[in-house]
Amino acid sequence: MSLTQIEFQAESAGELPAQVIEGRSPWLLAWRRLRQDRVAVASAVIILLLMVLALCAPLIAAWVGHPPDTPYVNAGLTSQGLPVAPSSKFLFGTDFLGRDLFVRVIYGARISLLVGLVSTAIGTAAGVVVGMTAGYLGGWIDTLLARFIDSVLALPYVMFAIALAVVFGPSLVVTIGVISFFSWAAIARVVRGQTLSIKEKEYIEAARSIGASSARIMFIDVLPNLLAPVLVLATLFIPTAIVFESTLSFLGVGIQPPTASWGNLLSQAETFYQTSWWYLVFPCAFLLITTLAFNLLGDGVRDAMDPRTERLFASQRKRGRRRSRHAKPMPPAAEVR
Amino acid sequence: MTGTEATGPQPGGAIPAAAPPAAGNGAAADGDVLVQVHDLVKYFPVRGAGLISRTVGQVQAVDGVSLTLRRGQTLGLVGETGCGKSTLARCIAGLIPVTSGQVIFDGHDITRLSRRAMRPFRREIQMIFQDPYGSLNPRRRVGSIIGDPFAVHNIASGADRKKAVQEMMERVGLNPEHYNRFPAEFSGGQRQRIGLARALALRPKLIIADEPVSALDVSIQAQILNLLADLQHDFGLTYLFIAHDLEVVRHVSNQVTVMYLGRVAEQGPKDPVYDTPRHPYTAALLSAAPAADPDAAAARQRIILTGDVPSPINPPSGCRFHPRCPKTQDLCSQQDPPLETKPGDPPDHKTACHYPVQPHENLTTSNKSSSGGGAA
Repeated sequence: MSLTQIEFQAESAGELPAQVIEGRSPWLLAWRRLRQDRVAVASAVIILLLMVLALCAPLIAAWVGHPPDTPYVNAGLTSQGLPVAPSSKFLFGTDFLGRDLFVRVIYGARISLLVGLVSTAIGTAAGVVVGMTAGYLGGWIDTLLARFIDSVLALPYVMFAIALAVVFGPSLVVTIGVISFFSWAAIARVVRGQTLSIKEKEYIEAARSIGASSARIMFIDVLPNLLAPVLVLATLFIPTAIVFESTLSFLGVGIQPPTASWGNLLSQAETFYQTSWWYLVFPCAFLLITTLAFNLLGDGVRDAMDPRTERLFASQRKRGRRRSRHAKPMPPAAEVR
Repeated sequence: MTGTEATGPQPGGAIPAAAPPAAGNGAAADGDVLVQVHDLVKYFPVRGAGLISRTVGQVQAVDGVSLTLRRGQTLGLVGETGCGKSTLARCIAGLIPVTSGQVIFDGHDITRLSRRAMRPFRREIQMIFQDPYGSLNPRRRVGSIIGDPFAVHNIASGADRKKAVQEMMERVGLNPEHYNRFPAEFSGGQRQRIGLARALALRPKLIIADEPVSALDVSIQAQILNLLADLQHDFGLTYLFIAHDLEVVRHVSNQVTVMYLGRVAEQGPKDPVYDTPRHPYTAALLSAAPAADPDAAAARQRIILTGDVPSPINPPSGCRFHPRCPKTQDLCSQQDPPLETKPGDPPDHKTACHYPVQPHENLTTSNKSSSGGGAA
């Protein structure tokens, strides 16, 4: 009985004052579910904080008083010429030239987030276009594009990335290009599969019987149904892209010093790990936290988007919350839908 | 390969309802006829697996079907799952290309029109689908779904479109204030009403209803069927009503066509077909349908069909029903029976059978051993 009351309140709370009956869109419902997922919300907050830090990097450098590329030969290096440990002057210690590691890690976040977001955006856009075209149009176009997707996925991408960076010379643009090129194919394959299944739905047939053109059906009926899985996939691709960038920079074919990136910081720290733990730990920790936060957010987005997984987990959460709020355990029968 | 239906002797008609022979080229002259389907064939190629695939066979989904739909009437199309009902519907609606044959709509041959040439006919022919969940895009608002026909054909826009959509919603029994809701916020019956509103938005002449009520509860089925009848009366609609529920078809139809494995087994006005079925398949279907009256149900003898429906890739020779038919004889496996009027039947009641069922014949006793389970 109490269950129905609660549900009734929850149902009516949002609607009573409204004059016009406003439908609850799948996006709105997903957003509501996402907001109830504490892990996802915490991850989103961490990601936002990182973004603010990255955007404000010059301000932080000015506030600390240490520009990212200035070596502090006296204060920043020990008498043996080794990096100094974290202190009130250098929060994260210094690097091998006596530069402030804190400022450099923050500057590294700019690169990582930029590469992660931009290459995921490019890869996703390309993947959606290719996958949707292949899946919806079918026929020889599909055969051609699907084989191309398979070929790209079959390339040994680290080797290939190194080769490309060597040919074109390592730079930010090449790095983003390489990562985009190796991420679109995976998205395209998923999108193609989704499109194939959406294509068989009766609402597509209904649109065709009305006389809608292929382009209209693709953009109005297929694309909105693709966005949910694509959003989930893209969120989970960002950390992969960030790690990929770090890998390339670590190997020396990504972002080149003196520009700081987490990958090239780690690569420099490699030599000093026995004497200067902070040099390795701080860039590593930032990389770990960032990728973890994106992954957890991606999981949360997936749970929120897919009603089936939502039912599985969120109902348990809701039940737990109701119990704690009303301090009276539900009878087991009430839990059975 | 040639359909045998048209070759049968056509009884010249004193009865005005008799279908014109539709000799190949013609637009049907009879102003009473809205749709004339002539010898329609649809084969789907079966391709082998692999990168370079070749055709290894053909699913003979529809194999020489002729139908006549009269204005303002309902033609019920009955048959088991997989007998080609839906394929036939989609061919008539122009959603899939036909292999051969003709569809003549309102005097125009629409069988092989280009997308552009087909566009005006799209407004005239609309479909209602079986699955009230799959037939509405879950990511679009109801107003946008029902307004889609207006948007595609550039008819009304802005406030006009909204007004037209809301009138349509009201007409099919939906609350017009639910304009901004999403399909997920409606029940199955309401969703079917949304599909109906979308189909009716452009005031079509022909509605092809592909099992429109089979996914609904019985009480909701009745509501939707009554709504369909009201709308038919108000808008002067012609229905092609596909179902596997014989009682539903009997309730809504003027004419009935029974299909088996891509062919017409029997067709004609509702009452003769239901009361004195001449094809053993029709008789078996009718005997299998549950009756509302338990006494009648007990008194009735069921004809049990043995075996499964054979594969449409490799259909049986001769009469396609012969492996499962209780009356099968040697001739049945050798010669394809023409669809023709049997002695004693009204002229538009046609049956494709060499040995039609006689009135009051008991098929359950004359159970000749059917040839062991049909072809696989």
